[in-house]
Amino acid sequence: MSAARRPPREFPEMPLDAPELRRILAGFVRNEVRKVGGERVVLGLSGGVDSSLAAFLAAEALGPANVLGIRMPYRTSSRESLEHAALVAEAIGIEIRTIEITPQIDAYFTAFPDAAAVRRGNKMARERMAILYDQSVVWRGLVLGTSNKTELLLGYGTIYGDTASALNPLGDLYKTQVWALSERVGIPAPVVRKAPSADLWHGQTDEDELGFTYREVDRLLYLLIDERWEEDEIAAAGFAPALVRRVAGMVRRSQFKRRPPVIAKVSARTIDHDFRYARDWGC
Amino acid sequence: MATTFTVGVAQVDCRLGDVEANLAIYERELREAKARGIDLLVFPELSLTGYFLKDLVPAVALDRESQVLRRLRELSRETVAFVAGAVEERPECRFYNAAMFFDGGELVHVHRKVYLPTYGLFDELRDLARGDRIRAFESRFGRAAMLLCEDLWHPSAAYVAALDGALTLIVPSASPIAGLGREVLPENAAYWQRANRVTAESYGVHLIYANRVGFEDGIGFWGGSEILGPAGEMLARAAYYEADMIAAEVSRAAVRRRRIVAPMIRDEDIDLTINELLRIRDRRAPAGAGAPPPAPVAARTPMRATTRKLGAKTRQTAKPAKTPRRR
Repeated sequence: MSAARRPPREFPEMPLDAPELRRILAGFVRNEVRKVGGERVVLGLSGGVDSSLAAFLAAEALGPANVLGIRMPYRTSSRESLEHAALVAEAIGIEIRTIEITPQIDAYFTAFPDAAAVRRGNKMARERMAILYDQSVVWRGLVLGTSNKTELLLGYGTIYGDTASALNPLGDLYKTQVWALSERVGIPAPVVRKAPSADLWHGQTDEDELGFTYREVDRLLYLLIDERWEEDEIAAAGFAPALVRRVAGMVRRSQFKRRPPVIAKVSARTIDHDFRYARDWGC
Repeated sequence: MATTFTVGVAQVDCRLGDVEANLAIYERELREAKARGIDLLVFPELSLTGYFLKDLVPAVALDRESQVLRRLRELSRETVAFVAGAVEERPECRFYNAAMFFDGGELVHVHRKVYLPTYGLFDELRDLARGDRIRAFESRFGRAAMLLCEDLWHPSAAYVAALDGALTLIVPSASPIAGLGREVLPENAAYWQRANRVTAESYGVHLIYANRVGFEDGIGFWGGSEILGPAGEMLARAAYYEADMIAAEVSRAAVRRRRIVAPMIRDEDIDLTINELLRIRDRRAPAGAGAPPPAPVAARTPMRATTRKLGAKTRQTAKPAKTPRRR
């Protein structure tokens, strides 16, 4: 939907100002961490708005002393990202550490010098995941996820990389909602207002790469997913039909990223098919 | 019979699948209720077991010989009367989502949830058997009825309970946060508050709504338990999203005052309702599903509005229970 194509009729918009959201999400973190006998979480701090908000909610839930933020820069990571991560950690009052990932990433790709940027980005995301899970043992804390609903629905993340975590307070918030809540709780403005980026190369932004803005796609996804509108109804509301088709296709094709691996059923009772327990069963 | 008593709600979290741990929570809450002068304490739906049970249902079910059931009976003698939310296992190996009313060392009444939601994030009908009756019962605190959560979203359930003489409706619930918008409460919670109020006011009953808090697999419960008077007035409301205990005085006198002013339940035309429902049941016999189940003769015969005859025919028509299931 371009700016010129205003929706011809009213359609429901996602709520941006749920007054109890902060309390509910902090309550979720506190409940899910303490229920497994824990007190702490660890997360990757990228300097972006998602990890900043997740860190804030965890600090509110568990106390800042129980939250560890780790910066994991590669040599091409922007200086600004590192500074923003430090700014956020200071504002929230949590401990921050830095673990470089350049040596191991470069060592791996000496064998594949022609590897494309996507492969390199995925490898970095999985290296960061591996570091967080390793550090979680030493810190005795759960790995806190920071993927938002927009990324998860579009599949704009690395499977077993940034999408991997023990618990995720942001997975039911669209990016637009992450921004709104971040502003409300006082995440430093430069972090909230900058263009979202995976920071894999200089000048990269999510929205350039995706070919649409988060604000546009979030309104579309809200109708498609939350309000269960049909694709042609969304197009009739003023969204470009090609964009509607493309986004719906992205949601469908990335379903595998949101599910555990497929298991071939041969026995009478198979994990996830007819062996059905809540995750909390294990607490 | 006590005509004025103090009813309370224990708005608790619980541990999924851990009946022993939850029994300890019950014991703690019951002792506190006794100290606070509460006569009857209502616990939320499935608060003895956790809600999203799936394959845990048989593991947490209480049969007649259960030691947990024995302990619950003892607790009602040692502390105060209470309503527990548990899974009941019947001798024929059916498992029910049950509300159990304990008083003075006895299990006085069991309500088995009739409307098991199986849509959205709910899957109760997959794991549990469906209750087949709604009954008011006599208690030390006057005639009462229990409805479990979704039961109250079917207006017919409260209607039956009220016509069966309940002065107090007890509604244990496990209502999740779903559809958080611009208000403090999610959409479904706002509906609950409207439904509770309208139900209490329509039938002139006290309504005790006991909801949970805490999270199971990321799904949170919003709390907000409430005790309403027979004019729909708020007597007590618990905190949202946090554990709490509330109490309020419930009295037959309040019901009496309300029913004098607004005697709708007295004027209810039960014969008309039954006749129309029988007609509708016949009309709704499913098309294409073979011959409709044979309706009892009485069902096809328009009834006259004489109470005596009606009573006999009601029993006849109720027994065959051939109502086609809608699911």
